[in-house]
Amino acid sequence: MTRATTIDAPPASRRASSPVARGIGRTFASREFSVFAALAILLVVTTVANPRFLTPQGTKDLLLNAAIFVVMAVGEALVIITRNVDLSVGSILGLTAFSTGAVYSAVPSMPLIGIFLVGIVLGAILGAVNGLIVTTAKVPALVITLGTLYIFRGINNAWAGSTQYFVGNDPPEFGNLSVQVVAGVPLLALIALVVTVVFALYMFGARSGRDLYAIGSDPVAAELFGIRVRTRVITAFVASGALSGLAGVLYASRFNSVGADTGTGYELQIVAAVVVGGVAIFGGSGTVAGAAIGAVLLTTMTGALAALNVSKFWQQAIVGVLIIAAILITKIISVRNARRLRVSEAKNV
Amino acid sequence: MSDTKTRAEAAAAPATTPTPRRTGRRLLRSRDATIVYALVLIVILAAIFVPYFASVTTVSFLLIDAIPILLMAMPMALIIITGEIDLSVASTAGLSAALLGVLWHQSGSHGNIAVMFVICLIVGAACGAFNGFLIAVVGLPSLAVTIGTLALFRGLALVVIGDNAVADFPVSLTTFATSSIPGIGVPTVMVFVLVVVAVFAVILHFTPFGRALFALGYSTEAASFVGIRVNRSKFWLYVASGVISSAAGLFWVLRYSSAQSDSVQGLELSVVAAVLLGGVSIFGGSGSIVGVVAGVLIIRTVNYSLQLGGLPDTALTIVTGGLLVLSVVAPSVSARFVAARDRRARARLADAPAT
Repeated sequence: MTRATTIDAPPASRRASSPVARGIGRTFASREFSVFAALAILLVVTTVANPRFLTPQGTKDLLLNAAIFVVMAVGEALVIITRNVDLSVGSILGLTAFSTGAVYSAVPSMPLIGIFLVGIVLGAILGAVNGLIVTTAKVPALVITLGTLYIFRGINNAWAGSTQYFVGNDPPEFGNLSVQVVAGVPLLALIALVVTVVFALYMFGARSGRDLYAIGSDPVAAELFGIRVRTRVITAFVASGALSGLAGVLYASRFNSVGADTGTGYELQIVAAVVVGGVAIFGGSGTVAGAAIGAVLLTTMTGALAALNVSKFWQQAIVGVLIIAAILITKIISVRNARRLRVSEAKNV
Repeated sequence: MSDTKTRAEAAAAPATTPTPRRTGRRLLRSRDATIVYALVLIVILAAIFVPYFASVTTVSFLLIDAIPILLMAMPMALIIITGEIDLSVASTAGLSAALLGVLWHQSGSHGNIAVMFVICLIVGAACGAFNGFLIAVVGLPSLAVTIGTLALFRGLALVVIGDNAVADFPVSLTTFATSSIPGIGVPTVMVFVLVVVAVFAVILHFTPFGRALFALGYSTEAASFVGIRVNRSKFWLYVASGVISSAAGLFWVLRYSSAQSDSVQGLELSVVAAVLLGGVSIFGGSGSIVGVVAGVLIIRTVNYSLQLGGLPDTALTIVTGGLLVLSVVAPSVSARFVAARDRRARARLADAPAT
């Protein structure tokens, strides 16, 4: 997991000779571990202060709230690793969540697998639109996806108007998705876990997954090396769209009511989660697992503040501080690595 | 005004022999001119096809909603020209609005509001300085930093005012904020805004500092080699952005005579859209104030005429987004077209000696 980036994984200390010791050392020094540690500390402190925080029901709520954000953060991480950004994820979630309601109102007998397919395919199409424009126009993805954020949201508004669909109990098995528990874990959380693991393995081991890191590190070099940059970037956007589509279906199941402004403002939360999870905003480093942990950390923060009786008004300010702290840490690590590289190069002369 | 364009053009285009006629032709074919033509065309079309568009009330309603965007677009244009971005403008405005509400409320609604304005502007400057410090001094990427401060400043606005809304501002001030100059319908506040626009235009196009910003956008390293103080310039741009955004927030409060935590929410996207539509390159290094002003007015005119034409507000977001995408895709597509034409021309030249 932590080997996914050579830049961020500092070499273990020189005394650690065995590969196992090296592996352990690297794990503790990795960004993912520090985000995970922050999450653990948050959970422990909150539970000590308020024992009712981690009751079975409380834990279930935490996992359910995190699941939707985790799925989206995984997709966003792929895009950010390629040195792009997808700001339209909130609007894609809104469109797919609403289309879930629309499909059920038109075809009440739609099987579950069908509704998931509709959401994922619709999301993938919207993602492909992003990817095609970004790679064709050769302008920063920030601007294009800012535009498609508006366009997709506008389509959602025009289509929904003031209509609200309530898809929770109609059909009942769809609403049950978000209350079902498998071996004590909510089904939604399991879906998020599977998504994270699948994409983590893909980014870690698959050739095309590694290509995304190469593109993010140096797009020109990647092109010269023979990597099909355009195809890979479009793929990343399609994946981000498809996962936002999946998140839209999960949202409809969990929150029941979907309308014109569903998912508004999610994009910044998702980018925040990915950055907090140790994915560098300029691409080329970070992991999907880190992004997923970042998403869990941010959603847990919301619950923890409520449990600690901190005014809910502080929550957003704290999220902002977290983002800035994460960027600072990334900067410090890269400066230290650069210095270490210079020293080792000087020794090898 | 036209002089501004010449200077911008002279900066952007390689120096050929500047005969007056060539300068004039270049001016008429420049990017800025294209945007101004588009604006004029849109206004004419709206006046013809949209009922009630050609009236004095149109001028006041259209322009009063352009004021906050126009204000924030000025420092944003300079920042994007240097190759950075500031996504925290609307949150800074929101924090300033919330602060004004709380100060006013705590003074029992009869304090010295001028002093409160000054306090809010200072807080805005502090917000900008915080961005500037992290970006220019620490050297963090501006996109990520300002996404962080977008959340942070909006969060502080929530902390300051919570769920409350303060609405009992002095009637004389709120009437002034929504008043317009009789006869031509231009909002009174627009006079002050135009002063701000003029100041930014002069700074960008007629001072060494402004010329240096273009150089910064092309290449930070080259700029520092020729003696431009890169970090200092960027720092002060962010401070300016904080102050102007804060002023936009104060205007927002008086315009709607209400201060709450979600004042000016989401407007940063409209500001960026307007600046890019106005021909400022997202890669930095080119753009002009004339273009940006036209860009802001295009977005407002299109939105306003569609509203008048009975289009639901919902469709407007599609238009804003479409304009934004078009404005960045068009130059790159036309550049490709020009490159292909040049290649063909070169190929013809290469064939010519052979015949």
